[in-house]
Amino acid sequence: MDYIDPHIHMVSRTTDDYETLAKMGCVALSEPAFWAGFDRGSAHGFRDYFRQLTEVEPRRAAAYGIQHYTWLCINAKEAENVPLAREVIAMIPEFLDCPNVLGIGEIGLNKNTRNESIVFLEHLQLATAHHQLVLIHTPHLEDKYQGTRMILDMLSDFRELEPQRVLVDHVEEHTIRHVLEAGYWAGMTMYPVTKCTPARAADLVERFGPERICVNSAGDWGPSKPTAVPDFILEMRRRGHADSLIRQIVYENPRTFFSQSANFVTFQPSSEGVESRQ
Amino acid sequence: MNVASHSDTPVLDREFLEIRNLILQLGAALDRVERVDLLREDDHRWQRIVEALAVLDQDRDQRAERIQMIFSRDYSPAWREQLGVQTNRVI
Repeated sequence: MDYIDPHIHMVSRTTDDYETLAKMGCVALSEPAFWAGFDRGSAHGFRDYFRQLTEVEPRRAAAYGIQHYTWLCINAKEAENVPLAREVIAMIPEFLDCPNVLGIGEIGLNKNTRNESIVFLEHLQLATAHHQLVLIHTPHLEDKYQGTRMILDMLSDFRELEPQRVLVDHVEEHTIRHVLEAGYWAGMTMYPVTKCTPARAADLVERFGPERICVNSAGDWGPSKPTAVPDFILEMRRRGHADSLIRQIVYENPRTFFSQSANFVTFQPSSEGVESRQ
Repeated sequence: MNVASHSDTPVLDREFLEIRNLILQLGAALDRVERVDLLREDDHRWQRIVEALAVLDQDRDQRAERIQMIFSRDYSPAWREQLGVQTNRVI
């Protein structure tokens, strides 16, 4: 089945992974800016990173027929350094017209601190000023519930930011309801140990339905599986769900969300038809 | 909105070996901790594990959500005031 992985960090993955994704049916992906595993020393490091995301990765992906899109920001972990964060935020508008940029992301919280909150709010100001979509990272493990609630509080302060233009990612059993009830899109990340598994993601689809829900691998430099979305497809098929429902979640939903960005006009739709298994 | 599974196979048929495996792994991991660690009752992580295990024994749904909350930090609606973060716009 053709699918879109709406959250995967290909700068951390090998070219073999691009080939594998293509063989598994990945036709497009989006890559949010994130923490590289170490703190960068200056805004110049981010400029190089943004060039990698807007110039290099699209070419690597295209070699395997995959359409590459991206999101720009300074991540929550490095946002603890507010002066650096402000330098990076000031630089982002230079890149917003690059053809594969969908918006601002993945912004959010890490340890739910004051500095992270300040930088998150300044990213939201940037997004509203430039009418950009927003992709949000929610914290890990014990910090997730508290951080997600804080993020939703801050989003509610931005009345000009339409909920359907915001995706709150890494939701799990205890946060998904809050996100969906507030009108935002919800992303489920499937990791081997932390976050969701494909089975738990399928459980949440069965509980909450497919509307405004996306699934992703968030494949990166840590323990993660870039083919987690095909694992989800298999899990849903094992349970007897129709391919039309599965396709809505893994292809139509990310396409619908991304289509709100003017830059997504470059997307070449999949020619694959919907095959009903019912 | 609930989306029902359409599989002809009963869920327990599909999940039994997986559940058995998970319980076995959990039992073995707890044995491992008990064999080696001392004073575990004072460790807040152990207290949360004990609390979460009790949820598994309750005959109610949404166990996963309740276990998530046991392993979560509390949220306070007054967090902005506590952290000194301005509402709506940052100075």
